Amino acid sequence: MFSANGTGKPINFLMQPDRAVGIIGYGAYVPRYRLPGSEIAKLWTGTSAGSPVKEKAVAGPDEDVTTMSIEAARNALARAAIDPQQLRAVWIGSESHPYAVKPTSTIVAESIGTSPSIQAADWEFACKAGTEAVQASIGMIGSGMGLYALSIGMDTAQSRPGDALEYTAASGGAGFILGRAEEAVAIYQGSYSFVTDTPDFWRRSDEAFPSHGERFTGDPAYFHHITSAGRTLMEMMGTTAADYTYVVLHQPNVKFPQRAAGMLGFKEEQYATGLLANEIGNVYSGSCMIGLTAILDEAKAGDRILMLSYGSGAGSDAFDLRVTEKIDAVRGRATTTREYIARRTPIDYATYCRYRGLLKA
Amino acid sequence: MRNVSIIGIGQTPVAEHWDSGLRDLAAHAARAALDDAGLTNVDSLIVANAFGAAISSQSHLAPLIADFAGLRGVEAYGVEVADGSGGAALRAGYLAVASGAVDTVMVLGVEKSTDMIGSAKVLARNVSLDADDEAMHGATLPALAALIMRRYMFEYEVDLASFEGFSINAHTNGSKYAHAMYRNILKPGAFVKAPMIADPVNLFDSAPDGDGAAAVILTATPTANAIRIAGSGAATDTLTLAERADLLWLQAIETSTNKALAEAGMTRDQINLFELHDSFTIMAALALEAAGFALRGMGWKLAQNGAIKPDGALPISTFGGLKSRGNPVGATGVYQAVEAVMQLRGTAGANQIANARTAMIQSVSGLGSSAFTHILSI
Repeated sequence: MFSANGTGKPINFLMQPDRAVGIIGYGAYVPRYRLPGSEIAKLWTGTSAGSPVKEKAVAGPDEDVTTMSIEAARNALARAAIDPQQLRAVWIGSESHPYAVKPTSTIVAESIGTSPSIQAADWEFACKAGTEAVQASIGMIGSGMGLYALSIGMDTAQSRPGDALEYTAASGGAGFILGRAEEAVAIYQGSYSFVTDTPDFWRRSDEAFPSHGERFTGDPAYFHHITSAGRTLMEMMGTTAADYTYVVLHQPNVKFPQRAAGMLGFKEEQYATGLLANEIGNVYSGSCMIGLTAILDEAKAGDRILMLSYGSGAGSDAFDLRVTEKIDAVRGRATTTREYIARRTPIDYATYCRYRGLLKA
Repeated sequence: MRNVSIIGIGQTPVAEHWDSGLRDLAAHAARAALDDAGLTNVDSLIVANAFGAAISSQSHLAPLIADFAGLRGVEAYGVEVADGSGGAALRAGYLAVASGAVDTVMVLGVEKSTDMIGSAKVLARNVSLDADDEAMHGATLPALAALIMRRYMFEYEVDLASFEGFSINAHTNGSKYAHAMYRNILKPGAFVKAPMIADPVNLFDSAPDGDGAAAVILTATPTANAIRIAGSGAATDTLTLAERADLLWLQAIETSTNKALAEAGMTRDQINLFELHDSFTIMAALALEAAGFALRGMGWKLAQNGAIKPDGALPISTFGGLKSRGNPVGATGVYQAVEAVMQLRGTAGANQIANARTAMIQSVSGLGSSAFTHILSI
């Protein structure tokens, strides 16, 4: 938390803007198709058991990160109830941007009516690209550069057929419009980022599917970074797990966030609301962000939330949020995350291959 | 020949040491062995390693490790015989001291194999097979072990469950040992249901690769708690499995065992424990047969009737063996020596074999292409 910087003065790594910032609108999106883990297991192992999640959400053949981001952005705008022209930034974090060169964010910005007086950019940091954009949004609003900024984490995650990732790599995500605390449904109390050079999972620019370090993705990668970020933020905030009503973590499966939450002292009743991986899989950049939308759909004024993202490569962003009384008026203005999860059309493996473009002629 | 004794031992846990390299692991074991022996230097360092070049892009280990172990300037060289490297280095050290050429030798095994995954790891591991006649055609060590095991099951009419006792014993022993890599206990029945690697070799049959380093210090002038190397024997068999007249007899193990026993002037009934090369359960069964502790085709029986357990007639894998303690490939033979010394000193803790006076350790390369057998005695 505090270390000497050579001058004898301690460094405070806690990030807090000059003026308080909060979430004024949030929106989720989950495509309707579901591929049960048993379908994947049946094909590759001959049994229906062994999947780390019940099923995963799959984007339809006419969906990509652009269209899905527009859906989430519209939901966030509906809840924020602001003129889109008041937005000063549209930032989209993803590892499934449809183009290698050409921003997703310009299409989304134009589609929701924010252009042309707008900042737009795509962010990349594996699964924490979306929360990295949130950190930047806090800085932008907190400094007074702009009144509102939209950050989205959205993915149509890739996985090589037959790889362990295939069970969980899913589609979906969420967006957050940040603004001044006075208008917010949840106010950022403080945030922190923890980053090292840890090559646990990667995809080079000319490759279709990611590679990963197998068991190395666990202890030295996910658990080390996410618990370091969470522990450090709580130390700097002077809090313990007992001070939070909810905790939401990046969820590559069900077991990892359960274990990490336990390591930080959290109990099931604190993480259950935001843990959606068993029903939608790992939506990568949108993972803990959509978990947060499910919490905001249920939270009450005064509830405190700890949010911990994780991105391979590797790093974790930690956010401490307090819910305000404005939440009750806002949540009903758009489709809730649970409604999206309940809107479900199961598909088989062959249909999954067609929708995800895995069939090569 | 002079008498040779082990006066110092050192080791790291066998694990996925992702934050330590070859030199760190080796230096840790070397310093521990020097401290244990009460020495600050030795005359000679012999380094055993199998995959430094293939996995860590590092050969030329002897001067590197001498330097990092605080032995800069010492005579040092390496020994490589795949996963038999540790036993080979022990024999080289034994011969060096016995000959009178040097008085104290550090024999150090080190392996770093968990930084590489997937097909790259398979290719790296395959350098120890016959490149032209095996690896080129897609063979791997587990695949070749599976051929032998399948033949054994056919010839002697035994089923897969007959081998489970080897893995259950290894994990039961390893569960009591803090340095072991996998300390879970295997319940009866779990073995036959384990995920398949190369039918019939499954996940609970095959020893896991681990990182680690172990060192022993040999001398001609023993201290009070010195353990004598009473006998040493080595032999080879074909590298290529297909060249063997008898797939179910490990000739190198028979020959090296007989040589070691003859040199020690001992008989098999004097052996209180046997650290063998249980890289696969079939290797344990065949080692017990070729070493003369079981009749041909009956090695598996010793696992089934409990003879290999700590209180049995011939305890094996007393700290978990390769299966549970882990297989730090080129260092494994030195781990066996360290563990045998702990048994004979009476410092094996929860793994102590009662009244252990004489131990046989056997370091084997591949599927029996070479064998280095040593008999350690109080």
